Amino acid sequence: MINTLTSPLAALGRQILGMLSIVGQIAMFAFDTLTHLIRPPFYWREFGIQLVHIGWLSLPVVGLTTLFTGGALALQIYAGGARFNAESVVPSIVAIGMVRELGPVLAGLMVAARVASSIAAEIGTMKVTEQIDALVTLSTHPMKYLTLPRVLAATLAMPILVAVGDAIGIMGGYFVGISRLDFNSAAYLKNTVDFLELWDVTSGMIKGAAFGFIVATMGCFYGMNSGRGAQGVGSATKTAVVAASILILATNYLLTELFFSA
Amino acid sequence: MITLTDVHKAFGSNKVLQGVNLHIARGESMVIIGGSGTGKSVALKSVLGLIKPDSGKIEVDGQDIAHAERDAFLARFGMLFQGGALFDSLPVWQNVAFRLMRGSLKRPNSEARDIAIEKLRRVGLKPEVANLFPSELSGGMQKRVGLARAIAAEPEIIFFDEPTTGLDPIMAGVINELIREIVVEMGATAMTITHDMTSVRAIADKVAMLHDGVIKWTGPVADMDDSGDPYLDQFIHGRAEGPIEAVR
Repeated sequence: MINTLTSPLAALGRQILGMLSIVGQIAMFAFDTLTHLIRPPFYWREFGIQLVHIGWLSLPVVGLTTLFTGGALALQIYAGGARFNAESVVPSIVAIGMVRELGPVLAGLMVAARVASSIAAEIGTMKVTEQIDALVTLSTHPMKYLTLPRVLAATLAMPILVAVGDAIGIMGGYFVGISRLDFNSAAYLKNTVDFLELWDVTSGMIKGAAFGFIVATMGCFYGMNSGRGAQGVGSATKTAVVAASILILATNYLLTELFFSA
Repeated sequence: MITLTDVHKAFGSNKVLQGVNLHIARGESMVIIGGSGTGKSVALKSVLGLIKPDSGKIEVDGQDIAHAERDAFLARFGMLFQGGALFDSLPVWQNVAFRLMRGSLKRPNSEARDIAIEKLRRVGLKPEVANLFPSELSGGMQKRVGLARAIAAEPEIIFFDEPTTGLDPIMAGVINELIREIVVEMGATAMTITHDMTSVRAIADKVAMLHDGVIKWTGPVADMDDSGDPYLDQFIHGRAEGPIEAVR
């Protein structure tokens, strides 16, 4: 009888302990990665390749996502604002909403889908085909050669991706505003610029850097800890994307509290 | 040169190595044989430090590897992995010259490339292969590239992990001959793990039979057929009946 009552609790306890253990492992992995920043050698070529892969090649997907979202946001704010004769707030709300929230979060989620999955799959495959062991036997530390360049590239590339995504998102709102909502072009742009503050933009870029760090760290962590075979790599890839996405949303809330709570 | 003393390693409740004792002299080619899952790869990876033994001692030239300076220690080794373990993102020549392009053995790219092409030639591959990517190579060619990478920095000790697995008998014979030639030519100490008896006879100076986590028999390859050891006899003759349990 007691067993029947306590076994669900025991299972829950095991789940919580397992989750805490993973959190601890990820924290140690992230710390270990950062310590390699100050311990040579640094593989510049790998870093450059990752900047292109993570930053440059993510531009189209981030650009398209923010373009359509900016347009949809303009339509929604116009429709909502019309209920209390506040249609004129469309440019400023689109701009503030884009740079503070939607730009960084959407860029983060899209990069998580594109990059965390690819990093986890690549490193996971390297692990199961003994390429990681081969690196070690060739006197090359996998954390320095694989993890640090990816984490650093993602952390530095994401703020730029966010800034470009912000600009494209605002442009999406602008196009919808002048073509569908009869806004005057000059007035729309003036409204956008007048209400936007530097901190709105920089806070979004700081969020971007944090999200980039999360995406690459999750990809590398789950890749390095991938199970054997196709199923192991598949599972590592899925978990990396899910974990990165959840952490991005949780971190976004914490940073928003930190930056903007009264 | 390489000495394993009472080495134990378990993964959870699975005790893989249960007191391995083995000595490999300088310049000797030792082949470790044994069934699948008997811990051959674990023993080999333990020497390289890729797996940390639970207990026991592994020494190279009298120095405990647990206290060795990693880079200097690993610079003495070359390894051919079972599947080649070539880096997909790099062309063949950069795979071969990997160690020569970074770290303490770093040299100019042109020189590293020349050495890579020379090593590729040594394993029977044409210079045109240098610019291909591993995915463009056949299994046999990948093994050769892996072998070229293992010898690129002229190591003192070379490990071969199942060097002929997945190859047709002719290509397996070619790889066996290459390994033998290269080991003799370089005067290197070699440690090979395999269950391919043709490889054993082609490569080995000495043979060690690993079963149930311990070395059951060790001796010169010439004595292998008359060892009188029931485990070794059953293994080399591929018999289902004997002290080694064969699951049907």
